[in-house]
Amino acid sequence: MPKVMNITLTINGRTHALGVQPNAVLLHTLRDLGCTDVKNGCEIGECGACAVLLNGKPINSCMVLTVQADGADIVTNAGLGTMDKPHVIQEAFADAGAIQCGFCTPGMVISTKALLDRNPDPTEAEIREALSGNLCRCTGYGQIIAAVRLSAERLQNLSVYGASSLREEGREHDSSNRVLESGDQTEVGGAS
Amino acid sequence: MNRVTPKPLPETNLPRLNQVGKPLRRIDALGKAVGATVYAADYSMPNMLHAKVFRSPVPSARIVKLDVSKARALPGVVCVMTGEDTHGAKLNTDLPGQTGRETRAGSDAPVLASDVVRYVGEPIALVAAETLAIAEQALKQIELEFEDLPGVYDPIEAMKPGAPILFAPDNVVARYKIRKGDLEAGMAQADVIVENTFKMPFVEHAYLEPDGGVAWVDEQGVINIRVCTQVIEHFRSIARALNVPQNRIRIRGTMVGGGFGSKEDITVEIFLAFLARETGRPVKLVYTREEAFAATSKRHPFTITHRTGVRKDGRITASQVSMVADSGAYPYLTPYVLLYATAMAAGPYKIDNLHVDSVAAATNQTFTSAFRGFGGPQAALGYEQQMDEIAKTLGLDPLAVRQVNYMKTGDTTATGQEVKTAAWLEETATRAVAALGEQAASTPTRKIGRGMASTFQSYGRIMWFHDTSQAWVGMEQDGTAVIRCGVPDIGAGQSNSICQIVAEILGVPLDQVTIYATDSAVTPLAGTSTATRQLYMSGNAVSLASNTIRARLLTRAAVKLGVRGDELEIANSRVSVLGDESRYIEHKDLVRLCASEGIGLSHLAQFNAPFTEGLDPETGQGDIWPDFTFGAQAVEVAVDTETGEIELLKSVACHDVGRAINPAAVHGQIAGGSHQGLGYALMEDFELQNGIIKTPSFAEYLIPTVLDFPTTQTIILESGTGVGPFGAKGIGEPALTPAAPAVANAVADALGVRIHQLPFTPKRVLAAMDAIRGATT
Ligand code: FES
Ligand code: FES
Repeated sequence: MPKVMNITLTINGRTHALGVQPNAVLLHTLRDLGCTDVKNGCEIGECGACAVLLNGKPINSCMVLTVQADGADIVTNAGLGTMDKPHVIQEAFADAGAIQCGFCTPGMVISTKALLDRNPDPTEAEIREALSGNLCRCTGYGQIIAAVRLSAERLQNLSVYGASSLREEGREHDSSNRVLESGDQTEVGGAS
Repeated sequence: MNRVTPKPLPETNLPRLNQVGKPLRRIDALGKAVGATVYAADYSMPNMLHAKVFRSPVPSARIVKLDVSKARALPGVVCVMTGEDTHGAKLNTDLPGQTGRETRAGSDAPVLASDVVRYVGEPIALVAAETLAIAEQALKQIELEFEDLPGVYDPIEAMKPGAPILFAPDNVVARYKIRKGDLEAGMAQADVIVENTFKMPFVEHAYLEPDGGVAWVDEQGVINIRVCTQVIEHFRSIARALNVPQNRIRIRGTMVGGGFGSKEDITVEIFLAFLARETGRPVKLVYTREEAFAATSKRHPFTITHRTGVRKDGRITASQVSMVADSGAYPYLTPYVLLYATAMAAGPYKIDNLHVDSVAAATNQTFTSAFRGFGGPQAALGYEQQMDEIAKTLGLDPLAVRQVNYMKTGDTTATGQEVKTAAWLEETATRAVAALGEQAASTPTRKIGRGMASTFQSYGRIMWFHDTSQAWVGMEQDGTAVIRCGVPDIGAGQSNSICQIVAEILGVPLDQVTIYATDSAVTPLAGTSTATRQLYMSGNAVSLASNTIRARLLTRAAVKLGVRGDELEIANSRVSVLGDESRYIEHKDLVRLCASEGIGLSHLAQFNAPFTEGLDPETGQGDIWPDFTFGAQAVEVAVDTETGEIELLKSVACHDVGRAINPAAVHGQIAGGSHQGLGYALMEDFELQNGIIKTPSFAEYLIPTVLDFPTTQTIILESGTGVGPFGAKGIGEPALTPAAPAVANAVADALGVRIHQLPFTPKRVLAAMDAIRGATT
């Protein structure tokens, strides 16, 4: 057995002192610590389901050894928000119909967060670029792109008007508004 | 393709509704958004073991010796099981689900192979250990000696005399024929006969969540299996394999991270059941991505030949279709997939003189089974490419040729089944084509092409399966509603749609409806989340249940408010007098009133689909499905004649969904289904070479990323004529079907020649270009 190494990781604001094998992979360490929102879709860096923020940067946690993250600050999707207090991005994904099976969602939200942190008003091409490492087999990506745009808009409102006004708006979005790609439409048969 | 202007839609009469038809936030969305949803691989239990499966490295061999003693002796290994330990148990792979019909002989696969192996990845032994690392180590200690047997890797070869046989007496897994009208007479009326052959590859579902689950034996001795599955009714097959009573297996389904048909078959649950029983401890088994690729089903490769007689005006006078499908090593759902393809072989066209002959044969390759569309997409690649070839031969516009032949309500399908609901082929096709707008201009090295496809696809299961769904609906004393319904949610919004229907009927807001789903022991069995059937079947079941409760609420409220029942309206958690909003009773008061008087406000309902008894075996004539969804897709592509690369420029899909219960979810189904179909046409190919998988992971098997294609624009039409709740038709599978043939036709339009084999890789495009140059020099 290789020697256990002692490291510390700060995960969603809580610091853990851990003894880990040198070949332990961060994805598995996080999941073993209960971060089951970090998904395992391939383990070879091809799907983005395991994405987390490591010192603010998005990485695929299946491609990082746990010991390499010693001392790092890690944020997973569940660290951004909860059912009671969802993050603006998480709420936008829900409102935009961007979630089908939801297995890609945590990674998508992380990539979105990383994008909007450095580019609060991205173009569609920039959004596509930022999400290019995240596979989704369900949605065809259109409603996900719409969710990123909606996130950006709501975050900008937030920075202009402050959190409380956003909350109000968010609520209204819950039941009626939805974001579609331009051109999508519903047509009901003629005169009824 | 010519420009078109769609005609206005025919008249419909859709009732105005409060919650159905609104793009409400799905009930499952927020939990998934914040990462609170617990998927199958996320569960753990105290004292839990970790399992691995030892699989065949070769496609065709006799097992000479299997020695697991070293693995058993490894510290931390708790259990190793071989075919001997499972007593040669077989899995009945046929007719999954709740149907009471007889199963087909010979369709069983051994749970663990013990004498021969027939494909790479076939399970041979199971290991359960204290840690995953030990289980992995134990796999390496298993010694397998085998003797290679000759294999067969092509279904046409497999049917030749002298081919290695997978199962006696021959490799034929299923065969069908359709005989309608007089083929020769029809051909004699034709001005031209057009003949073409089209080929399609194996395709991987590539759901993002690898198969997984946890099982344990509870204090009643019931084996509980928590698993991501489309079919909780598999508890019956598992009970049979374990030789225990059916009430001793409980499947607790989880939210499924994508299935697309692959999780319709039994995957990890059978291994978990054996290991949990054997060890008496909780056991977890999660496939790696490579395992999920190798050990689960694929879409069937097909070779389809169309010989069509047509008059100069485009009218089809006769059609002869032959189909060969690859079943892989075990039958699984092949007989039914082939039946679907056969019955849809001629497309949504009125063809009076038709022969279809189809056959599926076994090969030593990954087995094939259900995949979104279930043979329908392959059939469509045949008939829709052929329609364009007919148009080209006659010098007519592709849409015009279709318009001459489109079936209408009252016409019959290939099997003679009458289409009873709206057949909006014209309506969907013209809208999809018109939405493409202006066509880009070609340059000498960048050829622009356009293509379209009109397709139809059944929803609901084959009617001789005698399909049923049950749902329980109840009101709580605070006026909220509860649903218990065994529907597995595979991501398409199955449970949300059901909640939205109940919210509408009982007049409560969506967020005051709670659903308990997908548990074979405590939720009434609702049948499989397959065959685009849940909205139709369970949607109707919850409608029945909630309408019963609604009637009781209205009856009691009418007395209370001193009016007739039909003078009341139910919405916003209250019952009020129509036209006089000041007279009302709130749900919470009404429910308490009913409770105090012993008026029951819960109801278990069962919806039965129409039952039939099968097709005439000689003619293939008869009714198969409850109904059909009609739709179309149009795309524009640019083909780089130097690199062979194809760029998808525009894609528009239009479907008549009858009634969109949740339009946001319907848009998502269409856009997502389209994307899978686009991948099918342009990139996806699960390659095997002599039975060895050449695309074992996401590094080799490429599915569309966000950079590959523009988003498909979606147009939803609502004829209101479907047999689902509120006139809904199904859309899950139909969404995929037209995408690939539309691309095929666009590529052929751009190049001027057709590539007869999917996917259209740069290599194939360049080969086609070379062929053109060769022909012209
Ligand atoms: S699991 Fe890490 S990229 Fe797929
Ligand atoms: S929602 Fe299923 S993979 Fe993206």
